Amino acid sequence: MFAIETTNLTKYYGKSRGIVDVNLSVEKGDFFGFIGPNGAGKSTTIRTLLGLISPTNGIAKVLGKNITEAPTDILSNIGYLPSETVFYHGMKAREILKLSADLRNQDCKKEAETLCERLELDPSKKIEELSFGNRKKVGIICALQHQPQLYILDEPTSGLDPLMQREFFSILEERNQNGATVFLSSHILSEVGRHCKHAAVIREGQILVSDSIDKLGHTGVKRVMLRGIKQIPEMMHTKDIKVENDIVQFLYDGKPEQLLKELSSLSFEDINISDPDLEEIFMHYYIKEEK
Amino acid sequence: MTLFKHELKQNRISLIIWTAAISFMLGVCVLIYPEMSSQMGEISTMFADMGSFTSAFGMDQLNFGEFMGYFGVECGNVLGLGGAFFAAITGIMLLAKEEKDRTVDFLLTQPVSRIFVITAKYVSMLVQILILNTTVILVTAISILAIKESPDLKTLALLYLAYLILQIEIGTISFGISAFLKRNGLGIGLGMAFLLYFMNIVSNLTEEAKFLKYVTPFGYTEGAYIIPNSSIEWKYMTVGISFTILGLVAGYIKYSKKDVS
Repeated sequence: MFAIETTNLTKYYGKSRGIVDVNLSVEKGDFFGFIGPNGAGKSTTIRTLLGLISPTNGIAKVLGKNITEAPTDILSNIGYLPSETVFYHGMKAREILKLSADLRNQDCKKEAETLCERLELDPSKKIEELSFGNRKKVGIICALQHQPQLYILDEPTSGLDPLMQREFFSILEERNQNGATVFLSSHILSEVGRHCKHAAVIREGQILVSDSIDKLGHTGVKRVMLRGIKQIPEMMHTKDIKVENDIVQFLYDGKPEQLLKELSSLSFEDINISDPDLEEIFMHYYIKEEK
Repeated sequence: MTLFKHELKQNRISLIIWTAAISFMLGVCVLIYPEMSSQMGEISTMFADMGSFTSAFGMDQLNFGEFMGYFGVECGNVLGLGGAFFAAITGIMLLAKEEKDRTVDFLLTQPVSRIFVITAKYVSMLVQILILNTTVILVTAISILAIKESPDLKTLALLYLAYLILQIEIGTISFGISAFLKRNGLGIGLGMAFLLYFMNIVSNLTEEAKFLKYVTPFGYTEGAYIIPNSSIEWKYMTVGISFTILGLVAGYIKYSKKDVS
């Protein structure tokens, strides 16, 4: 069963593009990373899933239910962290947490306390007295305190220091091991590579790839580094060519034997052929292909 | 109930300030009446003799020398304009403030339906208007007792009722507009309240502009009609109530399907 399933989900803001034909499947119990550059449509997708905006076209099902048919049922099983965590002025962190719990008809006092301790947040502070990172923690606790089945987190770690990021991910991993699904959008490719089981890349409103992190890491693309070469070799299937003194680096996504044939006709001093790291692979989806 | 209380709490300072200011000013107006009335001989003729200015505020129909005549004009200015401003500000912010302050993501991702959110907010506005008016009535009642006047209670009640309905109308129309706004609509709300007030003044000046009384709720709160006739002009109020329903329905329909950001 899928925790999130979208079919040709499309959103236009008037004439400007939000997302186009997004097909996403996130299985229950998954730890899913959703990555893409600014303005690619990550937040639009997430906001559509939550019913904050309605799709122009297509269907989105969350926890098996259509978002347009049972929004409150779905929301009661979701913990959502918006990318910008803003709360009501003049309220204390504790009051915000209580308000959210009350609106859910749940007593989350104990869990909230535990989370405040683990994330080192003083809940007696007023929202406007808190720093950006601490305000983020209030948002995180709001999303976590009622222990939902599905976490939808929009850029959760921005503003958190590395120590807090680690603590935050260890909480998420505990929840995930207990059966909850985690869906997070991020800019930080390494954190997606480290924590997620699956990932999807979105660019210009369209999903470019969606697969397991393992498979994404073995794309057949090779990073080739040649030392002691005078000029850039003219080869097919090369991308991201970098020249530095006498070192030429590029990514090769053709057939390996073709690569060897091409290389054999060149003269160079040293060679290194390796798998690119995940960050590099993701980066390639980010950068527009130049034609 | 949680949301309703939250709304009240959010707006409590504004409510307290407006209620205190209107009650205080109207109370003072009542308390200085004995002082005024002793000099009323001259003032009355002066007010009655200011040409169009006199008719603009309905003072040609009201006897300024009597308590109710005096109170009708003061009430129109203080409770009418003050209450209209409060209702307009509260209504126009009601829905739009969530998007303006970016709290909308938090609010609408709690497991409560939009209809429920809208209702809680709208009811909280109605309750605030009721609190304001009840306080104003109590304070003026005490002031009237203090100066030992005994005005006609039915007329007084009708006057208060008309102003209450005026505030609900302006509040509800502002609430309807609020559903369409993305950002701060304070200027729109205040501007509208002032424009409606001004329309009534214009309609008092010339016969050609009389139709404006159908448009503005100040048309049916006119003390110059209510006090001498001891009744409300229902033809104007019926139109006002229709506008109110229109604003309410528009607000619900728009906000229950709105793309919020």
